[in-house]
Amino acid sequence: MRRNYILLLALLICLPWFSGEYYVNLASQILIAAIFAASLNLLVGYAGLTSLGHASYLGLSAYISAWLSLRMGLGHAVTAPAALLLTTLIGCGFGWIALRASGLGFLMLTLALSQIVWGLCYRWVGVTNGDNGLSGLTRPSPFGIDLGNSSAFYWFVLIITVAALYSIARFVNSPFGATLRGTRDQWRRMSSLGYNVWGIRWVTFVFSSFLGALAGLLYVYFNKYIHPSVMSVTVSAEALLAVIAGGSGTLAGPVVGAALVMLLKNYASAYVERWNMLMGIVFVFIVIVMPAGIVPGTLALLRRLRGGPR
Amino acid sequence: MQFWQIQALNSFALGGLLFLLSSGFALIFGLMRIANLTHGALFMLGAYVAVTAMRFEAGLAVAALCAALVVGVVGGLIERLILRRISGNAQGQVLATLGISFITADFCLIVWGGDTIPIQTPAMFQAPLHFMGLTFPTYRLVVIGIAVVVAIILYLLMERTRLGAMIRAGVDDMQMARAVGIRASALFTTVFCLGAFLAGLGGAVGGPIFSAYPGLDSDMLSLALIVVILGGIGSLIGTFVASFIIGFIYTFGTALLPDLAYVILFLPMVIVIAFRPTGLFGTIRT
Repeated sequence: MRRNYILLLALLICLPWFSGEYYVNLASQILIAAIFAASLNLLVGYAGLTSLGHASYLGLSAYISAWLSLRMGLGHAVTAPAALLLTTLIGCGFGWIALRASGLGFLMLTLALSQIVWGLCYRWVGVTNGDNGLSGLTRPSPFGIDLGNSSAFYWFVLIITVAALYSIARFVNSPFGATLRGTRDQWRRMSSLGYNVWGIRWVTFVFSSFLGALAGLLYVYFNKYIHPSVMSVTVSAEALLAVIAGGSGTLAGPVVGAALVMLLKNYASAYVERWNMLMGIVFVFIVIVMPAGIVPGTLALLRRLRGGPR
Repeated sequence: MQFWQIQALNSFALGGLLFLLSSGFALIFGLMRIANLTHGALFMLGAYVAVTAMRFEAGLAVAALCAALVVGVVGGLIERLILRRISGNAQGQVLATLGISFITADFCLIVWGGDTIPIQTPAMFQAPLHFMGLTFPTYRLVVIGIAVVVAIILYLLMERTRLGAMIRAGVDDMQMARAVGIRASALFTTVFCLGAFLAGLGGAVGGPIFSAYPGLDSDMLSLALIVVILGGIGSLIGTFVASFIIGFIYTFGTALLPDLAYVILFLPMVIVIAFRPTGLFGTIRT
């Protein structure tokens, strides 16, 4: 298994040498979406808390870094940590509010919070430039390497993706991760065993919002532009679709799901204009036909078609 | 003086529309434990159906009734054809309603296009009303009247009829309700239709105030969510009170601090959630 991962990583490292710039850029976008989906999966898959407001963290960190560099004239060495820190702090507050409930209440609270942030970004024209978005942004050049080049940027994103996924793997496989899964499956039992269920969930929420902020930073570096629509419920839903399609509560699932969603979005938008409708149909289809995710769902469907045992 | 009075009236009108929207959401959530994220899209669909009905020379009252009926039937179909298949899977149902809301919103975009379509205020309500030296926009008063009448009808329906008694029984204890012979299946469809009917009615009645435009769905869904969180999920009285609270806060926030209206919405929610996680009148702990 480990050998396969190393092979895959080697393949990904070599990608810019044998594919055109379009695919390198697409791969960068997929990796960013993968970090984002994997961070959401911490909540959905491992904590059992379905959040519909994850786009807030992506958008907030992108906006904070853009605003600091455009209006304050600060360099990337300051804006990046500041964006991560501030977004994570907002995540602390939002987590405190949203975790007053669990289940559907949690979902509704996260959605309401993210809609407020989204509305704020549209309306607060003095800071966010409203519907025009913020443009004229730059990519950083760590150690003097220019990331304006698409291959260099791809490798930069790849390094951060590997680091982020590794940290998630360490997080969920640690004893803390085991208690987290405990709170998902049997929160009453965990509570009576003396675990602080609320605290465990809150820490996970904060970590998840930090990784979401990281994805937001990469997002704004990639696009060099930011618009309020990145905070819309559509973006949160895309990430949730990636998690559920790939299989929530697994490490590789959201990454596969993110790749599928991004590819579908890219290729579908070349042929049909209606990405939102397509996404809606995929949502309903997956929920009804493959609630466990695409990979297990397809296998089960094939078995059923062959008439074998379910 | 005129400013405050007009804004206060606007607040009541928005509160009334929010009540039409959120009461259906609250009914559905209370009985079926489904957070129906299609509700904003159904509201928008109601506005657009009213637009089409009025193109056929229908008056606003007829158009609103058409919109409410069409949206009610759509709601019933959603419940029968999709949500029914995944009953018991609360998360799946929410995601399905989210998917349906995307489909509905995109459908409206295809059929009615991306431009804002204004809906005419009926001629008989266009002239402002003068009373004790003050001027009132008449249509706002009509909207408030409709909301109050609907609230009274809903109250009577819930407290005085057999259907209401069955719904209350289902909200309190679904298993026991089934055991004494209440047909939960028919009840679910009825309540879902009723909730969708109210959302469609709200969209059409709110038409002259909001117009019909893409994005109306997510604007209204956010407000409805805040209303039900504030009022207590599943509580009709809570929804009624919270609708007017949010109506006031949002209207005055938009008028006085247009940039920060959304932040001001955030405050009451945080305060209530901090002290009463179930909302002002809520009893359901999620």
